Amino acid sequence: MHTCLRPPVSIMDFVRFEDVSLAYQPGSPFAIEDVSLSIRENEFIALVGPSGCGKSTVMKLVTGLKPPSKGYVYVDGREVGGPQKCVGMAFQASNLLPWRTTLQNVMLPMEIVEPYRSTLRTKRAEYEEQARILIKRVGLAGFEDKFPWELSGGMQQRASICRALIHKPRLLMLDEPFGALDAFTREELWCMVRDLWQEEPFTVVLVTHDLREAVFLADTVYVMSKRPGRILARREIDLPRPRDLDVTYSEPFADYVHELREHIGHIRQS
Amino acid sequence: MLSQKTLIRLAPWLVVALFGLLWEGIVVAFNVPEFLFPSVSAVWHSTLDHWDPIMMHATQTFLTTLAGFAIAVVFGLLLGAAVGSSPIIYKALYPLLVGFNSIPKVAFVPVLVVWFGIGTIPAILTAFLISFFPVVVNVATGLATLEPEMEDVLRSLGASRLDILKKVGLPRAMPYFFASLKVAITLAFVGSVISETVASNLGIGYLMMAASSSMDMALVFAGLIVIGIMGVVMYELFALIERKLTGWAHRNPNGAM
Repeated sequence: MHTCLRPPVSIMDFVRFEDVSLAYQPGSPFAIEDVSLSIRENEFIALVGPSGCGKSTVMKLVTGLKPPSKGYVYVDGREVGGPQKCVGMAFQASNLLPWRTTLQNVMLPMEIVEPYRSTLRTKRAEYEEQARILIKRVGLAGFEDKFPWELSGGMQQRASICRALIHKPRLLMLDEPFGALDAFTREELWCMVRDLWQEEPFTVVLVTHDLREAVFLADTVYVMSKRPGRILARREIDLPRPRDLDVTYSEPFADYVHELREHIGHIRQS
Repeated sequence: MLSQKTLIRLAPWLVVALFGLLWEGIVVAFNVPEFLFPSVSAVWHSTLDHWDPIMMHATQTFLTTLAGFAIAVVFGLLLGAAVGSSPIIYKALYPLLVGFNSIPKVAFVPVLVVWFGIGTIPAILTAFLISFFPVVVNVATGLATLEPEMEDVLRSLGASRLDILKKVGLPRAMPYFFASLKVAITLAFVGSVISETVASNLGIGYLMMAASSSMDMALVFAGLIVIGIMGVVMYELFALIERKLTGWAHRNPNGAM
């Protein structure tokens, strides 16, 4: 551990927003306004809020797909000035390519991201082995050579998360990745993400509507307001790790969910 | 009893046979003179009588059509890729393309004749001009309907526009592309035959013009049927290639290929 050498806090922040606002077109109203937040390396944060509160906008800013209209976004100590390469993304729709098998889909980032891209020709077997191991870890062993339409919704989402992680990004962005799944599948995938993150930590930004999901998975939950999105509350979740699904029926868990729900309630009434 | 499957396979042949019988029956029943509307059997005899010239002209038409079609595919693919991957090019070129496509290509043949003389070249160019449009539209549609999330995933990995086009855009546009090939090949036959009827001394179009001027209606119909057969064969060929290469887009809902 490096605790004795811990640098100043600001450098420890892996992702940092300083008074960030974004309007998609110049002159149009802000999608998010004056958002400041900081995420430690390997921290798991969740953004919750009503529909259209700009949660996905935050994702676009972190990944550098959109530059902020005001303020600064830093990732890994550097200001974001274009698409980030150390990022993996997964969305509500799995977006798997229907002409590729599970394995080929998972391998897609290796064909694009350096240094894998230029070494793919010589090290394909090695990279495919990594992909197979990851596919096994998410419980898709035996489905490597199946096409996406041969997988259930939950399995497609598992493959999608594999694809987001195969190039070992330091930051994983999840935009309502479990939104379209049934309740039981969703809980299974929570555990899958929990295990992946616990075994080999990385920084996670999870955008979700589901407060139970946020409390179960995240270290810190941010509540955002209606448009223009602002951060209304920040809540650290002090539930011990590793968390078991049983924790979702405990009283402290219910208290967290309840507290966050009240914030959302206020937003909806205002 | 025939099984459902064999019945489906035989159905097109049965329909063709039925159509032929109906045709023959009408001509015989109403005693239609051959110089107006020849019976199937008369067309068949005429085909056998003129087998060598028909084959010669059919080969000419076939090769001409393929040449025009090949140019249309290359041109359509390139233009479709440009139109589909850039909203500016899309906006800029669409009115011109639609306008051009609205011009009857037969009206264009005289222009081509002035430029290139009569014969094979105007026929190739007419086949090209009439058949590239569906290729452009379909390839452009396939590219333009790429999911924005998919683009975000790739861009966040640092993919260039060319990467996105190669890895996702073009493979995704392939079913659209092959669907357009089936339309384009049949249109290409229309184009080359039109040009041959107006300005050529070779090809099925020319054969039909020559035959009709000597009131040999049986030979005219033989020409029509030969064009039809070539069209069906090429259509089926591209349908087969389509199924082989883009089976992922034509799967059954229950999952089996």
